[in-house]
This record gives sequence, structure tokens and C-alpha cells, in this order.
Amino acid sequence: MIETELTRCVASFHPGATGVTGAAKLSGGASQETWTFDIVHPDGNVGAILRRAPPGYGAAPGRAAGLEAEATLMQLAHDAGLPSPKVMHVLRPEDGLGRGFIMARVEGETIARKILRDEEFAKARPMLARQLGRVIAGIHGLPQAKLPKLRGLTATKEIEDLGREYHSFNWPRPVFELALRWLRDHDPGPSSEVTLVHGDFRHGNLIIGPDGVRAVLDWELAHTGDPMEDLGWICVNSWRFGEIDKPVGGFGSREDLFAGYEEAGRKADPDRVMFWEVMGTLRWGVMCCGMMQRFRLGPDHSMERAMIGRRASETEIDLLRLLAPRGK
Amino acid sequence: MQDEPTPTELIKAVADFLRTEIAPVIKGHNSFKLRVGINALDLVTRQLALAEAGDATEAARLKVLLGADGTLMELNRALSEKIASGEVDLKTPGLPEHLWQTTMDKLAVDQPNYASYKREFGK
Repeated sequence: MIETELTRCVASFHPGATGVTGAAKLSGGASQETWTFDIVHPDGNVGAILRRAPPGYGAAPGRAAGLEAEATLMQLAHDAGLPSPKVMHVLRPEDGLGRGFIMARVEGETIARKILRDEEFAKARPMLARQLGRVIAGIHGLPQAKLPKLRGLTATKEIEDLGREYHSFNWPRPVFELALRWLRDHDPGPSSEVTLVHGDFRHGNLIIGPDGVRAVLDWELAHTGDPMEDLGWICVNSWRFGEIDKPVGGFGSREDLFAGYEEAGRKADPDRVMFWEVMGTLRWGVMCCGMMQRFRLGPDHSMERAMIGRRASETEIDLLRLLAPRGK
Repeated sequence: MQDEPTPTELIKAVADFLRTEIAPVIKGHNSFKLRVGINALDLVTRQLALAEAGDATEAARLKVLLGADGTLMELNRALSEKIASGEVDLKTPGLPEHLWQTTMDKLAVDQPNYASYKREFGK
């Protein structure tokens, strides 16, 4: 029972804690899990989140920054006054909980459809794009010297990676080929400035309250590279959830996003952002195809994965809308 | 010859049962999974109805574009290679129209409620 290990662990960093209650798994594949629980304390319970790779799972695969790096980045963002949960504890081997960390639980909503439709967020929606512009500018400005070791990414490398992955599926998609060709022809080259890039700055990884953004989560895909990548990714149509005329997450305009970004003392480059939006659209399409592969090859033979495979065509129509728009 | 009811009729009957009788009484994560499952059955129904005609017109367009014959898979591979090499591009007569029509036909099966599809439908 995970509560036994957690009880022992919380006492080591939260003096006076007498135990934990309400531990429940929120999400998790085989190698990574997220748990919610309350730390029991005579002065009042404290909400917490455990993010971990269970014992027996080693370093993070492929593109992932690793849980220790995630904890460092989250704490750096918190220290810089950005909306980021406080990291309470980085797991040690003697905790017996695997690798990972425990952070403060931030209340709010991550489900896009609720954020875009529910009355409770009506006041937040018009200000979110600008607010997120300021937040992502803050992330890009985090001190380089304090960053953990991260992979570096350029547009050229990302095009190569996506091309290789798509070709490994051995299923011809003329629209993906068109996008790859367009990306190669429009590769803007290395960015003048290389910064920390969150890598997955979009609905699902943002906790939103009626007052606006409360926390940025999930630094798993963090890397260094072109800061415009984050601005392009949040504009990808797949994250608009039907509100296709509001490019930023279905709630705001690019102009508001850029205005917020520039308020924080940074410069947005709309052409580079558009390039990364095309890249991001293709990337989500390739990820959908990857889900289909994982469904077919197992071990996760779930119909959810299978059905995500059938969403690759959504990115094809979005790529055509970007690259070969038709008249009215 | 296989007997009636048709696959489409059978799948529709199952999907309707799940939708009207089972979905209202399932809670939590399984209710989400059930919705995904019903969506999958609906997708299969659409594919059974639409794929044959869509594939035939796609193959006909590809044969004209490429001036070659082959299976749909072979023709799509050939087109993909020509796009990758730059031999054909969006200025090639018929290519944009072909890519649009093929993609619209895929969306009609995969996700006819997708907002981009609804916006483009009828253009």
C-alpha cells in the first residue's frame, strides 16, 4: 500500500506530519504515475501530488527530461514567481517510492472543454492568452546557469526526427510529406537566442482557475532551443477544442499572446511562431500515428490508443488549412 | 453469400444499445471508455458506408496525377515520394484539389464533427 511509504516519507520533510490520507492514482502508464494525497498534520491537512516512476523503472526514455530535471525546473519557476507548484520533496532511494518528487497540489481545472465552456471561467478566458504570454516569457527567461542538463533541439533536428519517425510507420501520407517538404523549405535556421523551452505548453498541462492561470505542469518534454517553439505549439489547432477562430488554446488571439510576451520584456517573432505551429501540427499528427503503433504492438492494447490513431487525419486537414488554404 | 443482417446493421444495433441502455448507468472512467467505444463503432459504420466510393475516386485521381497504375497503397507511396523529392508540389495542376478531397473523405469517416472539417465542408 503506497500510503505506508508515503507516511514515512512525508514525516521527513513536513515536520509534525502524522500520516497521509486519500491517496488515489490520477493517471499513469507503466513507467510514470501521478498520485494525489493529503498530508495529515495537526495544524491542517496539506494537499500534495506525487509524480514518480515506480521502483524498478530506470531513467526516462527518449525525449523525456527525467523526473529530477522536472523537479528542478518546477522549483526554478516557482522561485521566479511564475505559476508553478512548490516542490516539497525529491524522492530518495530510502523512501522506497521509486524516482520522482512530491509537490504542493494546486486546485483548479485542466480539462480544456470545461475551461472553454463553463461559466466559472468566463471572466478568465479573455485574459488567458495575454497572461500565458507573460508566463511563457518568464519561463524563457529562467536563469540558464541554474538549468539542469537538457537535450538541445533545433528546427532542423526536429524536422529530421519527425521525418524519421513518420517513415518508420511505413504508411504513406502525402499530406505529411507536403508538410515535411514545406518545413525543410522554410526552416528559419538556428534562433538568435537559445532558451529553456517548456515543450508541452498547452491545455492539459495548465491549471486554470476563475482568476486565470494558476500553475504550469508537466515539464517532461523540456529542452533548450528556439523560444518561439512554445508560442507555436500552444497555437496548434488540436488544442483549440472546436474554437478554431481563437488560435491560442481556443480562448485567445495571437496578438494577445504576443502582447503578454512582450510586456515581460521579450520579443515575439510571428513568422517563426507560424513555422513552429506547422511543425507542431505535424508533430501531433505523428504522435497520433505513434499511438496507433503502440496499440497494435502492445502491451497497451487499448481502444483509446486505437482511436487516437484515427485522429491523425485531423492534423492533415489542419496542415492543408495552413499550407494550401482554399477560398471561401 | 453471407446472410442478413449486414455488418452495418449489426454494429448500429450494438452501438444504439450501448448508447441508450448502458451509457446512462456506467460511471467514472469506464463511462469515458464506453463513449470512446461507441465512437469507434460509429466510425466503423461510417467507413463501411463511405470507404469504397472514396477509395475508388481517390485511386482514379491518383492514376491521372501520376500517369501510372497500381494499388491505392502503391499509388500513395508513389505520390509521397514525388512530393518529398519536389517533383510535384502545390503548383502541380490537380494536386491541391486531390489532397483536399482525399483528406475531406478521411474526415467524413474519422471525425465528421471536427470543427475544421465542418468549416471546410461545402467549400
